[in-house]
Amino acid sequence: MGYTKRSDGRKMDEIRPMRAEVGVVPNADGSALFATGKTVAIATVYGPKELHPANKRKQDRALIRCEYHMLPFSVSERARPGQNRRSKEIGMITENALAAVVDLKKFPQSVIDVQVLILQADAGTRCAGINAAAMALAHAGIDMKEMVASISIGKIDDKIVVDITKEEEDYEEGEGPTDIPFTLTSNGKECTHLQLDGKIQTHRFKEAIDAAVVACEKVLDVQKRALKGEIVNEGNK
Amino acid sequence: MEEEKIIEESKEEQENGSEEMDNDNSQEEIKVERKLVIPGETIVSGDDYLPGDYTKKDGDNVVSNRYGLAEVRGRVVKILPISGVYEPRRGNTVIGRVSEINFSGWQIDIGGPWRAFLPLNECPRFINRNNVAEFAGVGDVFNIKVWGVKQGSVDLSLKSRGLGKLEDGRIIKINCHKVPRVIGKEGSMINLIKDKTSTEITVGQNGYVWLKGDIDGTRKAEEAIRLIEKEAASEGLTNKVEEFLG
Repeated sequence: MGYTKRSDGRKMDEIRPMRAEVGVVPNADGSALFATGKTVAIATVYGPKELHPANKRKQDRALIRCEYHMLPFSVSERARPGQNRRSKEIGMITENALAAVVDLKKFPQSVIDVQVLILQADAGTRCAGINAAAMALAHAGIDMKEMVASISIGKIDDKIVVDITKEEEDYEEGEGPTDIPFTLTSNGKECTHLQLDGKIQTHRFKEAIDAAVVACEKVLDVQKRALKGEIVNEGNK
Repeated sequence: MEEEKIIEESKEEQENGSEEMDNDNSQEEIKVERKLVIPGETIVSGDDYLPGDYTKKDGDNVVSNRYGLAEVRGRVVKILPISGVYEPRRGNTVIGRVSEINFSGWQIDIGGPWRAFLPLNECPRFINRNNVAEFAGVGDVFNIKVWGVKQGSVDLSLKSRGLGKLEDGRIIKINCHKVPRVIGKEGSMINLIKDKTSTEITVGQNGYVWLKGDIDGTRKAEEAIRLIEKEAASEGLTNKVEEFLG
């Protein structure tokens, strides 16, 4: 039978309805909300500011520190608050995805703190987090070469699908689920982050990349509109 | 802020200190079109343009490096930041609070990415090394000048006219890019607030604002400043503030 129809009725290359807004946290230097479907992320940026302890300072560049947190109420079974192996990993991934476009040379010896909070999780939280963080960084007036946009591409059974949900992530029939989060830069479409959870054939992987390029363009449009003062809501509750 | 193109008179960064800062750098009152851009966005393309502040040339395009209002003046394209932390520049007059004392001077919080230091010999009078706290203790507020910016640290000086300790009062923090708006043309806005609320106000270029007066006055003044900060992009702001202050 195979995976012919997506569980929420979307087309194979259709993104979930997105929602985006900047300036959601007044006390932060920059902040943004990004939601896709039921996944909701808020990112805050503080800095560049003085770094303590002094021995962590980099002589020729600023440090960027990212934290990723799934809030206790973000999933149906309460998530234990605080750092765990997974959140440390995703924090690092976010850091690397963003550091590639941020101009760190401008304020050496300082630090830029980025915090990503997941309010609701329905797969693709790291992508939503990176999207929110990129918007928050821009909103905080930090020098960036360009923006980044992130999307998770899946292979469910033998179909390449865009922006997978938790339900699809758990689909176990046929070839099973594969999740490939991509982060691409806005102008060069260079990849600053790529992960692969599952299995995929080499020739199918090329299809996934093509899907990611198209999807990231849509994400970028939403980010851009939100940064320009619009409260973007594509029918997302 | 709105997406629509914001048109307003030119305003440049001032180098004059605090209250004396004025907004009027241009003899020619030209209206320049401004457009909100995001990092990586192409502002203009073609050989005719030169990249200015926060922009760079990428092939034929002039590309934004930062979120802000893009402005094309003649051939030069630049971005006026609207958000972000204070960037210390030599000659800025700022407001800071003493955060630490040691034998060679005071560590002062002026915001921004780096620590700022006021050495003993940049004080207007002689101070004994063993009695540094006599001149200023932790929590004291200064109207102070940025003397030099090195990578990773800022040097401050009190040796200039109009600088010194600000006694009593309190500090509020605003977006440092909105400071020219709060001051207004030749100090019109700030003088209006001062008169109407009978409050002493000093605005630092780092976005720290010092207020002194009675409780009602300072509260009203703070609300007025917040209003300006919020509606910095709109026109006819002086009238709005006048109306607000009653």
